[in-house]
Amino acid sequence: MNKTGAQIVIDAMLKEDVEVVFGYPGGVVIPIFDVLYDTKEINFILTRHEQAAAHAADGFARATGKTGVCIATSGPGATNIMTGLATAYLDSIPMVAITGQVASPLLGTDAFQEADIVGISRPITKHNFLVKSVDELPKVLKQAFHIANTGRPGPVLVDIPLDVSRGVMENYSYPEEVSLRSYKPNLNGHAKQIEKAAEMISQSKKPVIFAGGGIIHSGADKELKELAEKTNIPVTTTFMGLGGFPGDHPLFIGMPGMHGAKCANFTLQECDLIISVGARFDDRVTGYVQSFAPNASIIHMDIDPAAISKIIKVDVPVVGDAKNILTALNKIIKKRKADSWNDQVNEWKGEKLFSYTDSDSEIKPQAVIEKLYDITKGEALVATEVGQHQMWAAQYFRYLKPRTLISSGGLGTMGFGMPAAMGAAFGNRSLPVVDIAGDGSIQMNIQELATLAINNIPVKVIILNNSYLGMVRQWQQLFFNRRYSSTCLRGGSLCPVCNGPENCTKKYIPDFVKLAESYNVAAFRCDEPAEVENVLRKGLEVDGPAVMEFIVSQEENVYPMVPAGKPLDDILEG
Amino acid sequence: MSTHTISILTENHSGSLSRIAGLFSSRGYNISTLTVAETDDPTMSRMTIVVSGDEEILEQIVKQLNKLIDVVKVIDFNDMPKIERELLLVTVDLNRASRHEVVETANLFNATVAGVTPSSVTFEFSGERERVDDFMTMLKPYGIRDVVRSGAVAI
Ligand SMILES: Cc1ncc(C[n+]2csc(CCOP(=O)(O)OP(=O)(O)O)c2C)c(N)n1
Repeated sequence: MNKTGAQIVIDAMLKEDVEVVFGYPGGVVIPIFDVLYDTKEINFILTRHEQAAAHAADGFARATGKTGVCIATSGPGATNIMTGLATAYLDSIPMVAITGQVASPLLGTDAFQEADIVGISRPITKHNFLVKSVDELPKVLKQAFHIANTGRPGPVLVDIPLDVSRGVMENYSYPEEVSLRSYKPNLNGHAKQIEKAAEMISQSKKPVIFAGGGIIHSGADKELKELAEKTNIPVTTTFMGLGGFPGDHPLFIGMPGMHGAKCANFTLQECDLIISVGARFDDRVTGYVQSFAPNASIIHMDIDPAAISKIIKVDVPVVGDAKNILTALNKIIKKRKADSWNDQVNEWKGEKLFSYTDSDSEIKPQAVIEKLYDITKGEALVATEVGQHQMWAAQYFRYLKPRTLISSGGLGTMGFGMPAAMGAAFGNRSLPVVDIAGDGSIQMNIQELATLAINNIPVKVIILNNSYLGMVRQWQQLFFNRRYSSTCLRGGSLCPVCNGPENCTKKYIPDFVKLAESYNVAAFRCDEPAEVENVLRKGLEVDGPAVMEFIVSQEENVYPMVPAGKPLDDILEG
Repeated sequence: MSTHTISILTENHSGSLSRIAGLFSSRGYNISTLTVAETDDPTMSRMTIVVSGDEEILEQIVKQLNKLIDVVKVIDFNDMPKIERELLLVTVDLNRASRHEVVETANLFNATVAGVTPSSVTFEFSGERERVDDFMTMLKPYGIRDVVRSGAVAI
């Protein structure tokens, strides 16, 4: 059968079971959009910015484990998705991005809307392709989907020149198999290494399991729980691993790191063995690397051989898929009874992993999140933006299942949350989806309220409005002598009253309630602690999207805090 | 700091070279030499890269190289015996007084004459990098007009 390049792109999506695609049109992708026009099996969502399309594809992938797909035009359309690719790359999210490119004869001539997208995206994609001819398009697309969602997942970009999407391939068929001589991810851990790990675990006096996003990517949460329960070893998960182990489990000791639970940090520093599964020892987790877990031996299980011994010297590396490794390990692991080490860890844990001082006169941001947890009983998908609110969302909401926290961990991308929540809502229709946002971050992709409204996507946006770029302001307060340079969203770059926000008479801009209403999105404002629950319930009950704005305590800080470059047990408290 | 000769077998695609070079540059690593050409199999290229730097970072780069989709095989020759050669073309000033000595020096190194003009001679020489360096040092006093080195290849 003869097919045009554009038809091949859409046919590949159908063959790969793509249900939803996010994107934005432009000159060189008109042929592809023209085919989409007749393709009822694919739900195409027009965002209001390409960056949002990329984040939405990413959010869909995080919620489902399937590959997210987005489309953008050449030049400015394609450069707009770069932040989305980098975000997905650092968090190992499977994504395929299709970009249009100027016609091949114009390549490299600075043609209208030309940019070297394969060059620009090279360091922030798992792989990328510039398609040279329509005849290689089916193979490239097949490889793109394969590479994105195997091994350590990641974003793959396919750049398609206009003449390729217009060109006709004779005798088209979509390949069934992929063969890449150079790409064969190692999925099964080495049996000898797994035996060694089991042996080390049984010898250890003070073990701790340290699980990361890899648990979620490989769907190894059940195996992780089995390991922990068999051995009674306390479990800490990184920010990316939250939900990979039930947040309300007695063996759960919170996330470690800069804003981690004291208990998790003390446990890591004191333990004699770290059993790391799918975690990459990010510097936000380890604190000062040289003094990280000084007495511990380390077993590191990871699908990516390059992640091993990258930051921390490892004693027993096991390369493979977390689910396979843990299944093998669980078969041979010896049972272990809770002992005095567990008592010690439980003592550190105390009654609550995190605490703050509540108030009757002003809304504490932590209280909003705790209340959200109480109301939903954890049965929700929580997306976040980036800042203090993100850390509070990690601390005060308990994630009971994998894929329920959707947040930019590695890149820390403000503006990620709302579009990602949008994508997640397509992937998970049974749970409510909320985006926990700051007043700064939400303004980075606020135009997507239009997309939410038009498609009636039931995302509930919770804005914790503290009038500040709070996380940066916190650093300025603690380490720059309260010089709030460019962090007040009311006063501009140099706010003379910032050192006494209670005296500030300037209005914040915009009025989020009016703004949301202008987009036809239901909106509520709350500035009374007593009203928090009420407003949350009202927002959650709306049939469709809603914005809930909470005017919160302005100078609240995220604690505990390990200052950057300090050892994990060097903890600041409020 | 140590010097490594790394050999990379990769798919013969247009983007492969910059993808590989990009891994070094993103860590602020300076590649001292890089050679690349098709192999006996036209779908594959062989690259030889010489770099010097911190061992641990290099180990990381080798791991990252192995991860690249286009890369079929990576060999770090520091762990094994190798034969390494570099090609040199060098043009040296010639005058009546120096002529004899210049030719004598070239003979010592077994360099061959690739071209002559009344005022210059161009030698072709191949050998290990250190030998190439030595040859250059010997020629320097006579006046080097132009020089081109291929960078190392190793097997
Ligand atoms: C795109 C982008 N720009 C800048 C930053 C740096 N940054 C990190 S947190 C933060 C402040 C976020 O403020 P807001 O969204 O209001 O949240 P809050 O910290 O007040 O909860 C900034 C500017 C970032 N992470 N991402």
